[in-house]
Amino acid sequence: MEPCHDALIVGTGIAGLRAAVELIPRWNVALVSKVFPTRSHSGAAQGGISAALGNEEEDHWEWHMFDTVKGSDFLADQDAVEIMARDAPRAIIELEHMGVPFSRNEKGLIAQRAFGGHTSQWGRAPVKRACYASDRTGRVILDTLYEQCLKGNVLFYSEYMVLDLIIDAGQCVGVWVLDIKSGEVHRIWAKAVLVATGGAGRIFRTTSNCSGNTGDGMAFTFRAGIPLEDMEFVQFHPTGLRSVGILISEAARGEGGVLRNDLGERFMVRYAPNIMDLAPRDITSRAILTEIKEGRGIRGEHYVHLDLTALGPEKIEERLWEVASFAKRYAGVDPSKEPIPVEPTCHYFMGGIPTDSDGRVLGDGEKGVLPGLFAAGECACVSVHGANRLGCNSLLDLVVFGRRAGRAIDEWLKGLKALSFPFKGKPRNPERFSKMCASRGSERLAQLRFELQAAMMEHCSVFRTRKGLLKVADLLDEIQRRFSKIQLGRRPGRFDLEIVEALELDSMLHVARAVVASALAREESRGAHFREDYPERDDSRFLKHSLVFLNGGEIKVAWKPVRITRFEPSERSY
Amino acid sequence: MRVRLEVYRFDPVSDKAPRFHIYELETKPWERVLDCLNRIRWEQDPSLSFRSSCGHGACGADAMRINGFCTLACQKLVKEYEDGIIRVEPLPNFRVIKDLVVDLEPFFQKIQYVKPYLMPDKDQPERERLQSAEQRMKFDEAIRCILCACCTAACPVMERSSDFLGPAALLRAFRYLFDSRDNAFLERMALLDNPLGIWGCKAYGECTKVCPKDIDVRKCLGSIKRKLFETKRKETT
Repeated sequence: MEPCHDALIVGTGIAGLRAAVELIPRWNVALVSKVFPTRSHSGAAQGGISAALGNEEEDHWEWHMFDTVKGSDFLADQDAVEIMARDAPRAIIELEHMGVPFSRNEKGLIAQRAFGGHTSQWGRAPVKRACYASDRTGRVILDTLYEQCLKGNVLFYSEYMVLDLIIDAGQCVGVWVLDIKSGEVHRIWAKAVLVATGGAGRIFRTTSNCSGNTGDGMAFTFRAGIPLEDMEFVQFHPTGLRSVGILISEAARGEGGVLRNDLGERFMVRYAPNIMDLAPRDITSRAILTEIKEGRGIRGEHYVHLDLTALGPEKIEERLWEVASFAKRYAGVDPSKEPIPVEPTCHYFMGGIPTDSDGRVLGDGEKGVLPGLFAAGECACVSVHGANRLGCNSLLDLVVFGRRAGRAIDEWLKGLKALSFPFKGKPRNPERFSKMCASRGSERLAQLRFELQAAMMEHCSVFRTRKGLLKVADLLDEIQRRFSKIQLGRRPGRFDLEIVEALELDSMLHVARAVVASALAREESRGAHFREDYPERDDSRFLKHSLVFLNGGEIKVAWKPVRITRFEPSERSY
Repeated sequence: MRVRLEVYRFDPVSDKAPRFHIYELETKPWERVLDCLNRIRWEQDPSLSFRSSCGHGACGADAMRINGFCTLACQKLVKEYEDGIIRVEPLPNFRVIKDLVVDLEPFFQKIQYVKPYLMPDKDQPERERLQSAEQRMKFDEAIRCILCACCTAACPVMERSSDFLGPAALLRAFRYLFDSRDNAFLERMALLDNPLGIWGCKAYGECTKVCPKDIDVRKCLGSIKRKLFETKRKETT
């Protein structure tokens, strides 16, 4: 008997768990993840979650909405941003009620601190909007939601990898999974499937992302004919720990840390005269790389300094414990005494699977909902982040739209007439999977992956040109061809990491091709997408979302309008 | 720097007994042991199995025993092993699934047993519950826990009695017992007040020694004992 569930959630990060909490009381819910739930990458989020609670100083959801829209370089859909900014205070209080141990201020309220791009008075001055739990905000939210799921006795399929969606007569009815522990392939049937698989930072050589962030969810929906939206917008976090890419939270600058070049200059003064080190991430990453390009990296090398020495050891111990421990362990630096060596690191995908504001997947990218299929979190594109996400808006996105997706699934299940799952016969492994496992060529997986990551890093990261993008597009085609001659030639064994990584490489190839195709098509610079050959924003041609389709192996790019409700696009300076 | 990794290999389905396989690697001193294990898979032997995820001690997936010490492979750097010999084994006190992968089901069942969620008063305020910074700091250390299971694997009591709740589950209980917003003290106490619960802890302190997040687990467990002891003394007087 193959397992059947009302709702099947793919991914056990904060978006997936939040949706599950919404569904637990009424429905048979199960979650699938490549890892054990608490290993999900939401747990690595450090700095905070944004909401205009006003616990420290005056703040309003309208200011939060404005900052998010401006931060997005006016590409976010403003109706969706409004939903998020308005709902944020409620969402934070709800998390507190569930038990999230937020840090507290002297009044006993949830403490808040400054963060990049969070301002009062429509951009005039920094405002304290980031709610936090030391620098392990993602960890405690993930733990709390996981524990709520334990309380509800939810079923977890831990260490299962989804191979493909099962779509029957235009409706999603389940997934194919590889049980990593046994090496066996199964089908899991469900009346609703939520894709909450996170990002794909691993397609770049330097990333803050965990090893499993290979874009599997984006890839299996893409393969099912569903487009991906705004994939050219990939965020590089300004402060990754030098060479390893480990995240050093923006909270370090929110608490007063500053960036310095080889001359000891606080160079952000030149790039964002008003808010300096609290500029949004796209601007700060470009500033760092410009300093490095112009020879002002530390000792001429590929990094700058993040200086926290003015904060004092107590503040660092209390509010930046994790960050300090990473710097000590992986760079041998005590941040209370010496600056931390940092360089930009691939961090976040603004784009993803197009959804409406209730997590329903838009099968055609625009209006048509694909019945039974939902998406939320980093793998989805609502779009609230547009061309550049502000810090702390990702955790907020997860809890706001994770919950809304849960509610939409509840509604869908309530309205559903009896559904009989289509294939009751003995399943055959999906062809793509069998073919891949049977491949007895000479190409080595690790080599192909290395080439992909290096090419994406060189030509498709912070600075892009048509020439470079065409080069990487050719390289990806070549890697795709070589991938079909990969050296495997066996059925998956027990805990067979090579098979898992081969599947992941397939996902990475799909995502990388989508990123490059969209980046080539967008001949302007906006947010995190910077084209050296088109350095200006061009609203007349490109104030629109890209949609990239996979059509019989070929990639096609289309466009759809941005929804503008309150704030007309204007010049973006800080 | 040349290192010699002696890696535990065992597939209980096909192997009669575990063995150690020797791999030699040329490494940089700042490479993590996790990097070495990955390079073994990518360059020499794809059949090796282990768990990992974040790679920087934020998720707890790659807990294993390295030169006799329960730790995270991503937190140990090659330069810490001066003689270049690194012996890698699965966490003790757990059943081996394959190579360095152990069965953590019993571990998570014990976490679930301690009711690891807030049980507050029924009346919920409209805004956040108030909690002073001092009240919040009481359990600050405990929320660093990433459930890697190093403490539980290293616990000498656990070795003798696999039914003992173990330090990680008790630490999770501590986190809620000392949260001023929680109102289920008696219910929680009933779960812990027995020889396989908090009184199983003999304060060996191995948990504190191995914790990759520098949590003084022994001290936290000591606080539970004191709290239970004082509550019971009040009841009897």
